[in-house]
Amino acid sequence: MNAIDVDNVSKLYKKFAHKRQFQTLKSAILKGNFFESVNPQEAFYALKNVNCAIPQGRMFGIIGSNGSGKSTLLKLIAGISKPTFGKITSQGKISALIELGAGFHPEISGRENIFINGIMLGLTRKSIADKFDEIVKFAELEDFIDQPVKTYSSGMFMRLGFAVAVNVNPDILLVDEVLAVGDEAFAHKCLDKINDFRKRNKTIVLVTHAMGMVKELCDSAMWLKKGEVMKIGDPRMVCGAYLMDVESKEETELQAEYQKLAVEMASEQQDTRIQQSRWGGGEIQITKVQLLDENDQEKYVYTTGDRMQVKMFIRIRKSIDDFVFGVGIFNTEGICCYGTNTYIEEFHPVECNGTGEVTFSIDRLNLIEGTYFLDVAAHRRDDYPYDYHRHLYTFKVRSQIKDVGIFRPAHRWEFSPNIKLRSTASS
Amino acid sequence: MWQNLQNLYKYRVLVQSLVSRELKARYRGSILGFFWSFFNPLLLLIVYTIVFSYILPNRALETQPYGLFLFIGLLPWTWFSSSLLEASNVIMSGGNLIKKIIFPAEVLPVVSVLSNMIHFLLGTPILVLFMIIYRVPFTWCALFFPLIVFIQLILTLGFSLLISSLSVHFRDLRDILANFLTLWFFCSPVIYPLTFAIQQDDQVIARIFQRVLYINPISYIMDGYHQTLFHGSLPDWRYLMIVLACSIAIFIIGYFVFDRLRDTFAEEV
Repeated sequence: MNAIDVDNVSKLYKKFAHKRQFQTLKSAILKGNFFESVNPQEAFYALKNVNCAIPQGRMFGIIGSNGSGKSTLLKLIAGISKPTFGKITSQGKISALIELGAGFHPEISGRENIFINGIMLGLTRKSIADKFDEIVKFAELEDFIDQPVKTYSSGMFMRLGFAVAVNVNPDILLVDEVLAVGDEAFAHKCLDKINDFRKRNKTIVLVTHAMGMVKELCDSAMWLKKGEVMKIGDPRMVCGAYLMDVESKEETELQAEYQKLAVEMASEQQDTRIQQSRWGGGEIQITKVQLLDENDQEKYVYTTGDRMQVKMFIRIRKSIDDFVFGVGIFNTEGICCYGTNTYIEEFHPVECNGTGEVTFSIDRLNLIEGTYFLDVAAHRRDDYPYDYHRHLYTFKVRSQIKDVGIFRPAHRWEFSPNIKLRSTASS
Repeated sequence: MWQNLQNLYKYRVLVQSLVSRELKARYRGSILGFFWSFFNPLLLLIVYTIVFSYILPNRALETQPYGLFLFIGLLPWTWFSSSLLEASNVIMSGGNLIKKIIFPAEVLPVVSVLSNMIHFLLGTPILVLFMIIYRVPFTWCALFFPLIVFIQLILTLGFSLLISSLSVHFRDLRDILANFLTLWFFCSPVIYPLTFAIQQDDQVIARIFQRVLYINPISYIMDGYHQTLFHGSLPDWRYLMIVLACSIAIFIIGYFVFDRLRDTFAEEV
């Protein structure tokens, strides 16, 4: 049996055009479009033809970038707003953890707020009284329960909100990113509570950016993009598809940036960012930089251990016999992770002329996950710069392993036979 | 519609606890606390008595003692006008509830009307006290008092539902309303009796004023209070029945509009 059925649901939100926004009662009456003014044509789809069925007793994850319609869907399931088209049916009592403590009144005590919030969530006075001690204990507010809620810290406030909402004993629990707030201990408690719900065969819908949680906890997942369902099914598959999409989006953005830079490098008028990050006499010019993968395809988002090539396109005005090419890799903190040039590596310049290319190849990119900046330079042996590009080029490194530091030396672990470990690393 | 009214009944526990929260929260932190519900009308009465006894003396015979006459009208008018003013903001200020949890929106204006009604009712002991001090006799006509309160409740609920839902879309309403209520106040027999005729040489204006006075449903409610309490005579029950019918009609219209606009609140607030 399905706890929640989302049947071809679309949600339209109006885009405020200026004249609409300032519509007044008078103009509504004069134009006679009294009720129509509330359903304007200028609208966009927050959700478009969404279908999903969530079986009773399952945990369902919804992922997607900001503005993809995740929270909108959750609000529709909760019944806070209505779908424009389509239908949502649900079986059983719903409790929505969309914003914790949304109904609290700051001036009155925690005790009174528990009662009123409980009644708002559909409990009777008596059942709240029965659960009261449990709620207070869960929220760890025994000493403060008779203080006005306005004196609570934000952590106390959220704990109380969570405690009330989960003690409503819903059949369906909707969770919107609330587990991201609060301290470590509280997050653990929330997770315990959620696991407890799963054991008791309740249905849970979780909206989150934490892929780990989706993969670990959910029975199935859905990826929304711009209001449309991209993938639905096994959480590992869905998360993988989502992450690949994020990567390819970053890839396209970076590619566009490199292209823009190349165009600006060639033109005479350069914007201030380039003016500030580029200097030199110009006898040798680096006109374009590309990052290529092992197949000589442009690539700007790498995985640790990939092969990366830095290709510099060079133009020389007149023949030169004193030149050095160099590269440097910096992390976002500005620390130089690696830097080298042809002179330190004992290439002695003979002559260069015309246009050409210089390629710097890294067989294994042993960097940890993060964003990196690239310096490229052409200069004389005595450091007189021909063309120096500082931090102009960006690339990203992704990694399954969340290690720390500046770079990752090739390494392995060994253990004597009496120390037993089990590895789940994919590679 | 009927379904919705049943729902409203279903939410009575919620309404009840929100009203009591409203009352508790209002005076939380002040030294006199709940006593302000008594002191406020008392101070109001004193101010008006001073103004109309010494600064702008009113000597019309049928309204003596004038302070008491005034008080009988002002008390329910305050209930009416502050309910409407609150209604113009109640959905916006309850935005958190409407956007973040599953919450029946009509509870908000109903709560504001009811908590203002309780303030009004808390003022009646002061009224009784002053009736005793001024030696105005109680007659059995005072039994009509609850009926008039009931009619006013229906009327106020109707206007509040209408205003609260419209003000979500037309924010200008709030500012218009504040001024309109002042005008309405002077066009209602609160500070003068229903039989009052303005001293104007221009007959047209006098007649227009008379029309407005007689067409205004609040007029008969205010006159009802004056008749039953101040004069100790029977209110004109035929007019009261007409006003009751009007009030029910306004309530139905208010609820209808509210219901039509309800689904848009979560997006507009």
